[in-house]
Amino acid sequence: MKPDHLQFFVDPSRCIGCQACVQACTECDTHRGESMIHLEYLNRSESIQTVPVVCMHCEQPTCAEVCPADAIKRTADGVVQSARKPRCIACGNCVVACPFGVPEVYEDRKLMMKCDMCYDRTSIGKKPMCATVCPSQALFYGTAEEIARLRPMSSPTNRFQFGAQTITTRVFVMAPRGPVTIAPLIDVTASLGASTGTDPFEGVEI
Amino acid sequence: MATIPVDDRQITEKFGPHLSSMTGVRLSTSVEPERLVKTHCCFCGQQCGIQLKVRDNQVIGFEPWEEFPFNRGMLCPKGVKRYLQGSHPDRLLTALQRDPSSPDGFSAMSYDDAITRTASEIARLQSTHGAGSVGVLGGASMTTEKTYLLGKFARVCLKTPYIDYNGRLCMVSAGAANKKAFGVDRVTNPWADMIGTEVIWVAGSNVAECSPITTNYLWQAREQGAKIIIQDPRLTPIARTCDLFLPVKPGRDAALFAGVLRIMIEKGWIDREFIDASTVGFDAVAQYCDQWTLAQTAAVTGVPERSIMIAAEMWATPRSGFLLHARGIEHHSNGVQNTLGSINLVLATGRLGRPHCGYGTIVGQANGQGGREHGQKCDQLPGLRDISNPEHRRYISGVWGIEERDLPGPGVDAYEMFRKIDAGEIKGLISICFNPKVSLPDNSFVTKCLEKLEFFVAIDFFLNDTARHADIVLPGSLHEEDEGTVTQVEGRVIKVNKAVDCPGEAKQDWRIMQDLARAIGRPHGFTFTEPRAIFEELRIASKGGIADYSGVTYEKIEHNMGVFWPCYAEDPKTGEPVDHLGTPRLFEAGSYNPIAKGAGPFYFPDGRARFNVADYRTPADDVTDDYPVFLTTGRVVSQFLSGTQTRRIGPLVKQYPEPRIEIHPRLAAKFGIADRDWTTAETRRGTMTLRALVVTTIRPDTVFIPYHWAGKKSANQLTVAAQDPISKIPQYKVCACRISKAAGPPDYDASLEPQQ
Repeated sequence: MKPDHLQFFVDPSRCIGCQACVQACTECDTHRGESMIHLEYLNRSESIQTVPVVCMHCEQPTCAEVCPADAIKRTADGVVQSARKPRCIACGNCVVACPFGVPEVYEDRKLMMKCDMCYDRTSIGKKPMCATVCPSQALFYGTAEEIARLRPMSSPTNRFQFGAQTITTRVFVMAPRGPVTIAPLIDVTASLGASTGTDPFEGVEI
Repeated sequence: MATIPVDDRQITEKFGPHLSSMTGVRLSTSVEPERLVKTHCCFCGQQCGIQLKVRDNQVIGFEPWEEFPFNRGMLCPKGVKRYLQGSHPDRLLTALQRDPSSPDGFSAMSYDDAITRTASEIARLQSTHGAGSVGVLGGASMTTEKTYLLGKFARVCLKTPYIDYNGRLCMVSAGAANKKAFGVDRVTNPWADMIGTEVIWVAGSNVAECSPITTNYLWQAREQGAKIIIQDPRLTPIARTCDLFLPVKPGRDAALFAGVLRIMIEKGWIDREFIDASTVGFDAVAQYCDQWTLAQTAAVTGVPERSIMIAAEMWATPRSGFLLHARGIEHHSNGVQNTLGSINLVLATGRLGRPHCGYGTIVGQANGQGGREHGQKCDQLPGLRDISNPEHRRYISGVWGIEERDLPGPGVDAYEMFRKIDAGEIKGLISICFNPKVSLPDNSFVTKCLEKLEFFVAIDFFLNDTARHADIVLPGSLHEEDEGTVTQVEGRVIKVNKAVDCPGEAKQDWRIMQDLARAIGRPHGFTFTEPRAIFEELRIASKGGIADYSGVTYEKIEHNMGVFWPCYAEDPKTGEPVDHLGTPRLFEAGSYNPIAKGAGPFYFPDGRARFNVADYRTPADDVTDDYPVFLTTGRVVSQFLSGTQTRRIGPLVKQYPEPRIEIHPRLAAKFGIADRDWTTAETRRGTMTLRALVVTTIRPDTVFIPYHWAGKKSANQLTVAAQDPISKIPQYKVCACRISKAAGPPDYDASLEPQQ
């Protein structure tokens, strides 16, 4: 059982794209040799920004809801597991449906695999591999009190709006505290197409 | 003869670099380790604590070591995958001799025969041409015990002045500037002191990729209110969200510091009281800076006037601040001046010797700090002593049991050693932990010199690119096959622990040095039976020096998770034995050091720090109409130095397989270059063709190439061998080049794997 007071927090503003999480994820015993983390450049030609994506462990997992084989289970402590091998038909419904883009079908083994919050480690009170090694602590695992003490400039949010769908997750994303009131949720789709900011090299002649 | 015995590609086929991967017990989830060994990463100067999983004399994985205070379990991708360097198909298991009749250029020989032959070749050269005909190259990835022994081996056994090390390419500008300004060469504060500071200025350091663990310190400092200033020609990951980005033109750092200091003086943002009481030389610096008006500084540095103004205010007005720099300002023919310029900014604010107020260089190599303190540097003796100082010579000669007159004088820097090889003065070379054919600038010259050697012996665990020229290769030890101390970025002495035995006929490096000393017939002083015994002698040798380790013991390191030097066995003030715990923070008010003897906190007889005029000079090989683009070089996060280890670790190679030329879309458009197009960069030394990485995160007048690869993929085919006149560091961070779109892929593309 994962201790209830320990939570996972993601802060993309801290991410430096080093892939320590990706490399460490392959060392995890439940999926050794494969990384379940997606670490992508948003748009490398325009920015160095990277975003680490772990499973958000939804309270009502869309992946499980759309699974025709009922292969995706959520543990009593709120961790959404990889598809169960005897049941999974590798149809990819979950891959298409997940709003965060987390599950992947491994064609060689005809199985959907995804981040299970290092269940072999978290269920015995250890931190997940990725959050342990992360040099920027963009991935953080600890208590709500710790995150409040360590991160006064941002606040944890676990509700996300995707069009008409509102999703509540076990994993929190750190949203910057701004001069305006903090929104109760992050509207993911509304931010698509936002500008990339100013050019620091504007005046450089070549 | 030291030409490559057969075609390079045949050597590569046999000796790699090939890739290791997670297979067998390393992939299995049912195999439990027999034990966990607490040790440190083998790569950069952060020296993160890590636990290695060991089974059947093999490192099969790792487990984070969350109790070690510096990194608390954090690791970069290199640290995570470091364990895959062991049990590697390319590992040298026997001694080798050059053999042009063998298809791969080398044949195995017995270790004893290799030692005997090496000793006789050295004796032959030295009896014919003198002791100085043989040189030694060392490295800062070795433990302090090994670097100490190597320095002693060169001076006492070989009696040659010619020893230097690859820290010459890394830490020497900072070291020289630190000694000029503070009288001591060490970071001033532990990194934990950053949390709570109000401003951190990072000059020329791609922290996210070169010292990733420092990232969390910066971010955490920011959470507590610190502003972050980043000075770099590239918008690196750490610069993306900084409070102020100073996109400096390569090689203009001293000008920027002078311009900022001028504003600080003009606005009165300086600590007059501290300057008057604790420093000398301010007036001359102020006078020099006077010419660096805002307009002039902006014109020379390429940093907008407004940013320079904001930098001065953001840096100088808070009560606390931290300044960090790295190779970005140090790798220049003006590297010492650049560093001194940054130190002047710190001294002018008086923010030293207190919590949250610090300064330091982020060392690059594992033992970048310890490796430069104890005698493999050409002008140094143990304890940061000076080989030209008669008193220092007498003390060390006493420790080593030799006559002072028999101790050689100063040698020359590593690049100058190659010039001496070229001139025929040095004819024999012993190299360990150094891959100059990849890592030195203008490396076609280095290759030419290697080919001139009469006898070359390389000690290594893989056949690195330089060792391909060797007559004899002695199989050395991996990091996890030996124990000893390392001094990491903060000046904290830590302990590396042995996890497994050397495989085959491979030997721990200190044993190889001692076997050579015995075979040469001068075993006196080279009969240590374990690293601890070497360390005990080092404690004595460093005693009374600036880098005083006399109070450091293996037990104290283990118990306290590291010990910051100086750590005294006897109180320097009273001479009484003392249980000293070390010195985490330098220059605290009222602190005592053996140079100032209470006169002040800095390591000069008057106890005061020195302002030094930090003169801006245009870089050597600056841009011209023929070569109009700046070339700068550096690292990527998944590779380390010349890649001897990291180009053999599969997952790290997969992360960044081959070098690419980073180029701004405006510059790329000028030559019709699109992302991933084959692109040629040409300098006055050489030409190379790589795929383009077209990104807006670099100055449009600058291109960047990472330097970890060999042969036709080596960035150092292009770099210039101009060196700083004081530190002798090469100017890796800027030279002039021209760019063009290539007609097609280079010929190696079809035959070589990415890492080769």
